[in-house]
Amino acid sequence: MSTLLLSDVLVSAHAALPAHPLLLADGVIDFNTSRLFSSFWSLTVDGLTYGAIYALIAVGYTLVYGVLRLINFAHSEIFMLGMFGQYAVLWGLGFTPQGDVYTQGTVLTVLYLLIAMIGGMAVSGGAAVGLERVAYRPLRKRGAPSLTFLITAIGASFVLQEFVHFVLPKLTGGNFGGTTAQQPIRLVQEVTVFSFGGADVSNVDIVIVIAALALAFLVDRFVNATKFGRGIRAVAQDPVTATLMGVSRERVIMQTFLLGGVLAGAAAMLYSLKIPNGIIYSGGFILGIKAFAAAVLGGIGNLRGALLGGLLLGVMELYGQALFGTEWRDVVAFVILVLVLLFRPTGILGESLGRARA
Amino acid sequence: MRRSLPTAAVAVAMASALLVSGCASKGDSGGGGGGSTSGSSASSSDLSIQPVVQIDESGKEVPAADASNAADPAGDGKAKCASTTTIAMAGALTGPNAALGINILDGAKVAVDAHNKANADCQVQLKGYDTEGDPQKATQVAPTIVANKNVIGLLGPAFSGETAAVGDIFHQANLLSLTASATNVDLTKNGWTNFFRGLANDGVQGPAVAHYLVDTKKFTKVCVVQDDSDYGVGLAKAVTSALGSAADKDCAASVKTGDKDFSATVQIVKDAGADAVFYAGYYAEASPFVSQLRSSGVDATFVSADGTNDPEFVKQAGSSSKDALLSCPCGPAPDQFATDYKSTNDGRTPGVYSVEGYDLATIMLKGIDSGITDRAKLVDYVKNYSGDGLARHYQWSSTGELSSALIWIYQVK
Repeated sequence: MSTLLLSDVLVSAHAALPAHPLLLADGVIDFNTSRLFSSFWSLTVDGLTYGAIYALIAVGYTLVYGVLRLINFAHSEIFMLGMFGQYAVLWGLGFTPQGDVYTQGTVLTVLYLLIAMIGGMAVSGGAAVGLERVAYRPLRKRGAPSLTFLITAIGASFVLQEFVHFVLPKLTGGNFGGTTAQQPIRLVQEVTVFSFGGADVSNVDIVIVIAALALAFLVDRFVNATKFGRGIRAVAQDPVTATLMGVSRERVIMQTFLLGGVLAGAAAMLYSLKIPNGIIYSGGFILGIKAFAAAVLGGIGNLRGALLGGLLLGVMELYGQALFGTEWRDVVAFVILVLVLLFRPTGILGESLGRARA
Repeated sequence: MRRSLPTAAVAVAMASALLVSGCASKGDSGGGGGGSTSGSSASSSDLSIQPVVQIDESGKEVPAADASNAADPAGDGKAKCASTTTIAMAGALTGPNAALGINILDGAKVAVDAHNKANADCQVQLKGYDTEGDPQKATQVAPTIVANKNVIGLLGPAFSGETAAVGDIFHQANLLSLTASATNVDLTKNGWTNFFRGLANDGVQGPAVAHYLVDTKKFTKVCVVQDDSDYGVGLAKAVTSALGSAADKDCAASVKTGDKDFSATVQIVKDAGADAVFYAGYYAEASPFVSQLRSSGVDATFVSADGTNDPEFVKQAGSSSKDALLSCPCGPAPDQFATDYKSTNDGRTPGVYSVEGYDLATIMLKGIDSGITDRAKLVDYVKNYSGDGLARHYQWSSTGELSSALIWIYQVK
């Protein structure tokens, strides 16, 4: 219902402002309320679709931060590897890249996508655990300061990107990785299922939003209602006491990376469904930064915050683009982040993975 | 440690459980949307970029050059020259932009091979100098080209950035610099008397395409979308001003290099109901952009320029690239040339600027065959040259621009 209220506000805002775009600062910034108004629902649908993907990636940032107080900047590359993972699985299933959409029938298509998703999850999850082992655990053993972890994370991010950029094509005979995006394997044709308020909702949009919400719900249950989750929360709250109570910190850390990686793999497959020609070594970077912003916006360390932050960022970005002009997308996203942090320094829902509230 | 493996296994099992439930909903919803598209249109695997028409700066059709009139690098077979005579080629031969440099070098190789086969007494060497397309690297490579006394003329540099960086070095040495691909307008404003451009510059392409869209295609509403590169911004500006009233300012948009998600831009174009979208940028963004336009039901003609005129665009955008119009100052490869190119270059097919590489190398070879043995005379030879090549007629103005600069329109089909 809150969205209805929002559109009421927009109607009045629209009435109050001139119908033609108001040009500010020599036309550099539009202020086009009519554009926002006319395509409000379309933007909302698209925004929720991308927001759902942001949210799934954001969970990885938030979980690791909750447990280790570490911003794992290499998480965007874990996502990127997931894209290649699910692509490689489809390749392995006998699909070759082609310009047209494969026509397999609904049941088989769902089955193949499912297998691709598991492939993406396995690659991302494995890469996340591997990254933890190789890059972070040795530092932890030596009691390195937190700044070292941060720099290592950024370094690991470059290593993974350049691995896919330069090394992977040599290992796979040029079939995977390299300078250009993978030639897409399309399994699903995006078609409009229903329309409302001028917005076309496609099959892909529905699948992404529902799958992401279901995954987010299950992760929330997993962390809040299982023994494993209790371990994660215990370590997040108080690592020393948790260890004294018999929780293995190292194991919890590994589980946390695995969980974050698996979700990034699922997000990678969903993203490739929406944008099949985005599988490239640099393809995780911008999404990763957005997902990180989403995690901070919702309250880093807070699972539900990641979901809320992702969805909010997804729609606000698109509203901002319609309102101010398409080039202002990132500015809008980060200005919103700054504004929220000004008034709520711990994000909208606050840090709660370690707090009693969770 | 012993317990961590089973735990990991359990975690993976949990993940799979999440997945199954996540995808159960997928089955429900995907079914409604038709996860498959039985009866989809003809296969797009045979789509490729085909030449359509050659136009001048005002968008008017100009008949293509008759390839049978083209200068033949073989000559009369009686040429004599020193066996050390060398033509240098400078450009990216490795690195991310190597494709263009290799296209040029391979094109030149076809000409030199044909020449050497016919002229037993004049075996010209072709030597590639790799700049990686990087201006900084080029400043290190340029002096070695100049210092090689056997080099009589240079094919290149390939890119505008590196040409701007090293043009002075070649000018001071008065070494012929004949570029097959550097299109930045300002390059010919440096007073380099040794520099000649074998194709139209960026200032021609924008107006030519814009006039073609308005006058020939009769488009009345075009959305100009630009990326944030120097190339995209400059091209969009030229196209927008030449489109005049056909450019709809309300649906003009700009995107960022590296973006993959264009939903807001697509929405704006969709709402505008435009006849065409002109995208000023590179294929990496153009492919997802055109895919998203098509899947949102926008059927406006997609138009772009040489940044998108690349086989990768068709590969990545697939069937959504069908019917896209792509301009290029580069000429199409005639069939016979394509055959020779394949046999000379390990089965590779000619790409963008291959024909220019061939034509310009041919001009230098003709100069050598006429008995020229020093650099200054070759510069004079090119300055006074007038003749047909495979792609076009070559004759230069005093600044080093072609006297008739033409643009090709290609279409994906």
